[in-house]
Amino acid sequence: MIVADLPPRDLQARLKEGLYLRTGPVVSCIRSHSPQLANGIALHYAGHRIESGFADFHVRIDRPDNLRRWFRPQVLFHFDDTPAFHPLPADQAFPMLEWGLNWCVTNHCHQYLIIHAAVLERDGKALLLPAPPGSGKSTLCAGLAHRGWRLLSDELALIAPASGHVVPLPRPVSLKNRSIDILKRFAPEAAFSPTVKDTIKGAVAHMRAPRAALARADETAAPGWIVLPKYADGADLKLQPLTRARGMMALIENAFNFDLHGQRGFNALGRFTDACRCYKLEYGSLEDAIAACEALATTDA
Amino acid sequence: MKQDLVRFALNDIRRISQLSLHDWDLLVRQARSADLLARLAVLARAAGLLDTVPAQARMHLESALVVAEAQDDAVHREVEHVRVALNAIGITPVLLKGGAYLMAGLPAAQGRLFSDLDILVPQARLPEIEATLMLNGWATTHHDPYDQRYYRQWMHELPPMQHIRRMTVLDVHHAIVPTTADLKPDPAALFAAAQPLPGHPGLSVLAPADMVLHSATHLFYNEEFSHGLRDISDLDLLLRHFMQTPDFWAELLGRARILGLMRPLHYCLRYCSTLLATPVPAAVLAEAARAQGWSDPLIHRLWLRVLASTHPTARRRGTALASLLLYLRAHWHRMPAGLLLYHLCRKSLRPRARSDGQAEV
Repeated sequence: MIVADLPPRDLQARLKEGLYLRTGPVVSCIRSHSPQLANGIALHYAGHRIESGFADFHVRIDRPDNLRRWFRPQVLFHFDDTPAFHPLPADQAFPMLEWGLNWCVTNHCHQYLIIHAAVLERDGKALLLPAPPGSGKSTLCAGLAHRGWRLLSDELALIAPASGHVVPLPRPVSLKNRSIDILKRFAPEAAFSPTVKDTIKGAVAHMRAPRAALARADETAAPGWIVLPKYADGADLKLQPLTRARGMMALIENAFNFDLHGQRGFNALGRFTDACRCYKLEYGSLEDAIAACEALATTDA
Repeated sequence: MKQDLVRFALNDIRRISQLSLHDWDLLVRQARSADLLARLAVLARAAGLLDTVPAQARMHLESALVVAEAQDDAVHREVEHVRVALNAIGITPVLLKGGAYLMAGLPAAQGRLFSDLDILVPQARLPEIEATLMLNGWATTHHDPYDQRYYRQWMHELPPMQHIRRMTVLDVHHAIVPTTADLKPDPAALFAAAQPLPGHPGLSVLAPADMVLHSATHLFYNEEFSHGLRDISDLDLLLRHFMQTPDFWAELLGRARILGLMRPLHYCLRYCSTLLATPVPAAVLAEAARAQGWSDPLIHRLWLRVLASTHPTARRRGTALASLLLYLRAHWHRMPAGLLLYHLCRKSLRPRARSDGQAEV
């Protein structure tokens, strides 16, 4: 069964008891009474599978049991019945779920090397875009996901150390501020959530993962390219090859848990980078950046 | 019916092969909240059972193993930094708790997660030791004058020190209970019996019996029980290991008598055998119970609650109240009544920094 099989009322009822939602290798049991959250899940997770029996994470997003339940209402993210973050305004329930699920993965899935990177796939090979926030990583990722690349994740590259493959974690793409309108113009066919203003990351909207991302959620991707994106207003396109050492350093600098994997992690990332071509990509136009990635895929193939 | 699956698994790790997928859902959550997921993973791996665990649950055991192994490396490195700094001024630090278990290769180190390193040093040389540690990059963490006085005048340790680059935390103890506490184990007796750490010159650990007594005193005279089951499991593993030495039980009772720690020993033996089926000889249990004097039946019911799994899917009714009452009891033993009243008033009147462990998303 997938989420879209549930009529809205059934979905809300299911969320009150706990919805076992599969995203790639992870099943999260989500509980909530929030209608905003139910709407967000109905929109973004329509094609995701519903499971039962075992959940990797039990999370709950609800209003607190105090005055802020009613007065300028807030929501809390509970990880297994313990609040994990400071509360946020109630209209940020869906972004909070997304941030919270990322936190669950980065804090508990250490069987993977986890890199803060967008990942897309072409012909079985992964394109990693490791970058700190504000580099235009999610924007480029959302654009590529509508131009022939399969989305694996917009935030978290899960590298299985033994196989060196990237495991997909297909979830909505988080867009911020100006990139929301850019993507709405670029991919009018995509599904977007209403924009939530004034979050700690500014205005935030999510874009639903394209169908192909879900249909092939079990297919891992071999190492292909490491591209360090850097958006600059009005900049000309510049695609510059990097040494593999620089590429590997970019993965390490953007890793969540490299420190936990010790020697084996170092060796695994080394092997991964050895199988990649590494570039730095400066861009001021999304179309140009996508064309540059397209050229990489066709010339390096 | 609520089930404490962590105790079920710790009692005999082979039982995990009987668990259903739904049981695993509960076990992973209960073990994670008790800080025992890594220990279960290590035990399951040692018993060759990892492959019998359903794939979904095995991922979490594998993740916990990665964390536990990284921590073992980190502790070895940190101990070496401390050793070099203190050996330079002729001090051989006595490693305590997790650091000692790990460096001594004891089974109680298996999958034990801890956030700081504890050492015991002679009180007479504290000023010199603190200065040396500061020169080597450790700085005090509590800047409030009252906190500094609280530690330096009344406690058995310096305010926790944190390394400015590695961010690791070091607790420097000169005794194993607060100066103001009603128990008075003599640190000189602990140092006299301490043993050099085999294979690690310049480091030592407490004698086996003292190691058990310290761990028991720490658990049963502390005010915080969030790791109660983890601590009972440590004690269980220490006892099961040391009991293989002839005369260990007699030695344990003898040291408890000398150090005045019969009551924590009684609690330790009672709850290890009740909760984790530690094979303590009946005569030893009876002797510890007799020697510790009068025992309140109410307190028994309180301990049973806070030392079992406290995850919502396992905890018994009254666990929160039991924790509160034992918290008050711990303070009662920690300081004389007048000082306790003064301390609690100071603490309640002063605005506290946020320390709820929550982060911004």
